[in-house]
Amino acid sequence: METGRQLIRMRGIVKRFYIGQPNELEILHGIDLDVREGEFVSIVGASGSGKSTLMNLIGALDRPTRGSYWLDGTVIEDADDQELSGIRNRKIGFVFQNFNLISRTNAQRNVELPMMYAGIGARERAERAKALLEMVGMGDRMTHQPNELSGGQKQRVAIARAMANDPAIILADEPTGALDSKTGRLVMDLFHRLNREQGKTIVLITHNSELAQETSRVLTMRDGMLEHTAEGGADDVTG
Amino acid sequence: MSLAENLRLALEGLRANKMRAVLTMLGIIIGIAAVIGILTVGDGLSGSITGTMSSFGASTVSVSLQAKESGLDSMSSSMLGFAAPEEDDLITEEMIEELRKRLGAEIEYVSLTESVGSGQVKDGHLYANVSVTGVNEEYFDANEVDLLAGRFLQSKDMDGERNTCVVSDKLVNNMFGGDAEAALGSEVSVDRGGERLRFRVVGVYEYEASIMNISMAAEEDISTSLYIPVSTAKHLSGAADGYSNITVIASDDADSAVVAAEVESFLSRYYRTNEDYTIFAMSMDSVIESVNVVMDRLSIAISVIAAISLLVGGIGVMNIMLVSVTERTREIGTRKALGATNGNIRIQFVVESMIICLVGGIIGIILGAILGYVGSSLLDAPAFPTLGSIVLAVGFSLAVGVFFGYYPANKAACMDPIEALRYE
Repeated sequence: METGRQLIRMRGIVKRFYIGQPNELEILHGIDLDVREGEFVSIVGASGSGKSTLMNLIGALDRPTRGSYWLDGTVIEDADDQELSGIRNRKIGFVFQNFNLISRTNAQRNVELPMMYAGIGARERAERAKALLEMVGMGDRMTHQPNELSGGQKQRVAIARAMANDPAIILADEPTGALDSKTGRLVMDLFHRLNREQGKTIVLITHNSELAQETSRVLTMRDGMLEHTAEGGADDVTG
Repeated sequence: MSLAENLRLALEGLRANKMRAVLTMLGIIIGIAAVIGILTVGDGLSGSITGTMSSFGASTVSVSLQAKESGLDSMSSSMLGFAAPEEDDLITEEMIEELRKRLGAEIEYVSLTESVGSGQVKDGHLYANVSVTGVNEEYFDANEVDLLAGRFLQSKDMDGERNTCVVSDKLVNNMFGGDAEAALGSEVSVDRGGERLRFRVVGVYEYEASIMNISMAAEEDISTSLYIPVSTAKHLSGAADGYSNITVIASDDADSAVVAAEVESFLSRYYRTNEDYTIFAMSMDSVIESVNVVMDRLSIAISVIAAISLLVGGIGVMNIMLVSVTERTREIGTRKALGATNGNIRIQFVVESMIICLVGGIIGIILGAILGYVGSSLLDAPAFPTLGSIVLAVGFSLAVGVFFGYYPANKAACMDPIEALRYE
């Protein structure tokens, strides 16, 4: 799988906060990261290691202070807010620890959201949302409100939503963190299935090294630096 | 994103907090309802006043004595305690004759009145409230009184100081069971503070309710005018000969404003040497105009109050929208992560605020229309809000929505998605 197209290419990424102020803080000290199409990469690290900051950068929620970042052929570091919104919309599928479904709107409408912001027509959206919900096994709960769903069900809706615009990568931030181990297992299986069957590129951010070991490549954040500590065993790939 | 999608998003947002949305609307509802209600009542009133004024005829010129020093007319100055005009000051029959000769064809009628006071016509248990008014023969044509039976008072009634009278159909209903023919020739006895006055009915006229004789009384208690010859009235009231005010009706082809000026300048010559009084003449046209000016000013004053109440309502909307934006920080972060641009978020919240104001405005218009209709009906001048005021109210509520929704919406739009997603 590592022979796939390069999707993420980060070089010398530095992220500083409170620039120019006495409490200026450098969180990332020069990160290089390459992810190829079809990979299932996990990034592990203790809290405070800069994991979240890196995730925000990968997810185009933020720009690096220094360094360069190409995502699927697009230069991220110079993009303005409007362009970043477009990049997040089309190239990234977010899966959050606490699901972040929009309450008051049913599962189908939640899945439609990214497509709505992409300007896709209502009928096409509805069809695609239904197909995605069926794929994650939520076909019979399309009209349920988030508060009528269990945690595992919510996360499955969220994964369907992340897939809505067929993004280049799925960026999952502790996706099993709020779930019990059994439903967490189901969610992980779903990721594996998406990776295997549809060749989806997935970047998993977690502090759970057990889960990380299932992925094809494990990267460890330590004090703002990225270390290639181990190769995942699941797919039996060599680095 | 299309307008329909923005509307749908906004409605989803509002549905989550129906009670709050309704409470927020309340400010707008009250503001708009008050404006529409008051404007409607004002419209009805102004229409009815100018209508009544016009029914006197735009050609009516009212002529009155005016105190030289105070600049007030005789009625106001006497009410304010100034010296009442004395017999020497009054407009005499001779002056009126000269005036007729002088202005000739320009004058259609000169209407004279002398109030005797109010009383009650009684016959056993039957009664009718009346105000006894002395009038000359021209009064009826000048005021376009409609005759139902018999005749109006004529010069022979005047000259002979006869005790004849013309009564209203209401009085006929009360006293003669509605039979006008039976009333003609009958004698009515008016109880005026213990004193009994007897008049023979020679005519019946049609009573017309108007803003000038508005009454909350029950149908049978309404006081109507009982017209007697002005000469008889003068005799009864013991008033001095002459009039402190007269009404001149300009002929159709004469300009009433010009006639008013001519009457004033002609009669003023008699008062050149009078120390206390002079003549003031005003055409009904100019009265209507000044009523309209007053009404317009009232409208402006009401609009200012309305603007203040909408301002307060708008601040309420802004307040709630700010709370709502803060509460939904995570949602905003999520939407941004999913690809919503700042513009998408801004429009979503502005549309929410506009919907609150628009729905509030529409409810306000409906309430205001009801209030206005009920209020104006109580004043006997039923009216509905004009299309213009409705369009204005809708436009104004939308403008309030945009204006006061923009700041919270912009705050939402400018949120940092990372911070927003992390918000607990």
